[in-house]
Amino acid sequence: MTEGTAPLLEVEHLSKRFGGLVAVKDIGFKIRAGEILGLIGPNGSGKSTVMKLLMGIERPNSGRISLAGVDIAGWPTHRIARQGIGIVFQHSRPLRRQTVLENIKLALLPDSLLRLVADPSVNDKAQAIATRVGLGAVMHRRPTTLPFADLRRLELAKALARDPQVVLVDEPFAGLTQAEVANFSELIDGFRQEGRAVLLVDHNVKGVAALVDRVLAMYLGEHIAEGSAEDVMQDPTVRRVYMGGKIESHARPEVELRSGEPLLDVRGVGVLYGKAQALDAVSIHVHEGEFVSVVGLNGAGKTTLFNAISGIVPHSGEIKWGGSDLRGRSVAEIARGGIVHCPESRELFGYMTVRENLDLGGHHLPAATRATQLAWLFELFPILEARQGQHARTLSGGEQQMLAIARALMLQPRLLILDEPTLGLAPVILEQLSKALHRLRETTPITVLLGEQNVTFALPHADRVYVLENSRIVWEGDPGRFAREMGTGYL
Amino acid sequence: MTKLLHSRRLWIAAVVVLVGLSAPWWLSAYFLGVLTTAYYFGVFAMSWDLLFGFAGMVNFGPTFLIGLGAYGAAILNAEAGMPIPVCLVFGTFISLIGGVLLALPAMRLRGAYFGLITLVAVLLMQYAIVIFAHVTGGEIGMTVPSVLSIDATTNYLYALIFMVICGIVLYGLSRSAIGLILEATGQDDIEAAALGFNVAKHRLAAFCISAALSGLAGGMLVFYLGAASIDTVIDLSIGVQIIIASVLGGRRTILGAVIGAIVLLLADELLRPLGQLNTFVVSAFALAVILFFPDGLLGHLLHAGERQ
Repeated sequence: MTEGTAPLLEVEHLSKRFGGLVAVKDIGFKIRAGEILGLIGPNGSGKSTVMKLLMGIERPNSGRISLAGVDIAGWPTHRIARQGIGIVFQHSRPLRRQTVLENIKLALLPDSLLRLVADPSVNDKAQAIATRVGLGAVMHRRPTTLPFADLRRLELAKALARDPQVVLVDEPFAGLTQAEVANFSELIDGFRQEGRAVLLVDHNVKGVAALVDRVLAMYLGEHIAEGSAEDVMQDPTVRRVYMGGKIESHARPEVELRSGEPLLDVRGVGVLYGKAQALDAVSIHVHEGEFVSVVGLNGAGKTTLFNAISGIVPHSGEIKWGGSDLRGRSVAEIARGGIVHCPESRELFGYMTVRENLDLGGHHLPAATRATQLAWLFELFPILEARQGQHARTLSGGEQQMLAIARALMLQPRLLILDEPTLGLAPVILEQLSKALHRLRETTPITVLLGEQNVTFALPHADRVYVLENSRIVWEGDPGRFAREMGTGYL
Repeated sequence: MTKLLHSRRLWIAAVVVLVGLSAPWWLSAYFLGVLTTAYYFGVFAMSWDLLFGFAGMVNFGPTFLIGLGAYGAAILNAEAGMPIPVCLVFGTFISLIGGVLLALPAMRLRGAYFGLITLVAVLLMQYAIVIFAHVTGGEIGMTVPSVLSIDATTNYLYALIFMVICGIVLYGLSRSAIGLILEATGQDDIEAAALGFNVAKHRLAAFCISAALSGLAGGMLVFYLGAASIDTVIDLSIGVQIIIASVLGGRRTILGAVIGAIVLLLADELLRPLGQLNTFVVSAFALAVILFFPDGLLGHLLHAGERQ
């Protein structure tokens, strides 16, 4: 890129706290005109907060954001937008009663209470933009009748209409097919040709590698690496954050597990979110007593897969549980049938104590069984015994996760689904959690389906591993083979 | 302009207004009276739709703004003996101030929390009226010395013309560039701000317009009835009626609100022989429409057209 020219967007020492949580800590970067920077980090890394700070949706606690020399940190969103920053939101909520063209025209209107009638040139401009982003054929239709990719195009069109110097794009390729990804890449590359500065925010380097000039990686609010996409992918800190450290595995012999019919048999399951394909023909199976890990980067479809199994989202294909089809059963029926789902968001009752949360989980058990179960759980997670009387919301992240798992175990599941238990947890806590899972596997005949981005966390316990990528299963095997076959291609 | 003349909706509206103007020749004075009130309610409901349907603000207390205009005008008339136009301007102004005050919490709160504040505002005003009974007449209400007219036809025409003007203003606004921006801020304020629109400014403007027209209509209603009382312009049940009229007619249609108000008040009147059951039947009907045609009466017709 043209070294020497002054950067268009310059961010220095940007910090943001939410109460005690430091979401963004001393982040700085520069983007020149005609340059594309990728901002990556796993969920909870603070990358979305950075984007919100740039757009003025959140106010920074400290730091400078200078756009062509003007410090815009802390300005209200509409002024930042007028100053020259545009954003392409991931989730679009277009005006439903207006046509695509009218939606684009909206973005071209002046912020005035006196201009009742739009300038005639607005119409021509809106048509030109619609054609440019590939909406030419559908511009007189209503957004509700459009496929997902076209709705994303509409978001691009609206951002373009303001002719921004800097464009922020949130997860540019989420939910798009390969062909659409290529098409969107071209459009975003077009921004670069026009001399705009572009910031692409995504979960992983892979998604944006082909497009970006440089990548900045974040984790827990901090800057961990910066450089070319290749360098960042090779960076040891980045690899540790995404995959954990050295990969270990302790798979048990397959023979004793694989016998007979699987307990859970998922066949060709697909899920649509509105118009986005969130899960595409996924097939997995879990035998009684097996510990199966589904690994994949954030956004790959893990949560969707688990939600489909638990009956939370409607799906196509077939899910068999102990030989019978789960279709048509309610979430509660499925849970009573023995599939207990411990969601990524934990869903604890924050204003209840640790003990009350656990008692609620064991509500259906006879008193004696409940007491034994509780004693066993306190043995598994000693910290919970010490915290019995504390409100769940005052626990640390790691303790909350343990409580969530413990509460799920109170339901005496035949299959425990753990969705991303490591989300937002510090490395020390991961180790404690890992030990607890190890004890769980060794001391009980429990069947577990674990979804994880952190491979190092997911592999040691797993008997078998699936890799989920872009809504599809792309690899299946034992954890020993994973390191050899997938170790480099995962990120 | 030529596009406007070819619009089918315009011609339909013109025919409806002409039919309305001819009503005094073929309707009884009694029903003219019912319609007169219904027209003022139509303005209330249209003003409410601008806030809820377009700006996305759930105002559970439309009678706060109406009451300010009504009592403002009534008190000035009764205490200072000012002519009706001056009183109406004063009432509108008071209501405008109320609108700005209500807009302040609306900048920070959305949804149910803002809705609660609007409810509390109505209750506070109701208490204030009872406490300052020597000026406001308290729970009994107050009579005003001046009235618009004692002739049913004149009163009817005043109301009709006033409603048509308000309808043109509000409908025009809703179809203008500002209406589009307001709808965008109502749907997603962050996205609207990211497109460079000052959401606070547009929201405030919506409150001011809604307040001014509500207040003016409230004042007109008082000078039509010759009295201002809690039961006619402030009570929460009046507010609920306005909301139902607006939703019944069709959210985000502005003109639907008028249809809703007329249907609601006429039904209330026609079903009077049912006695106590009257309110129940009207409410059940409104509930059924909202359940089965969530877009409302007019909204349903318009969407049926769009689907083809």
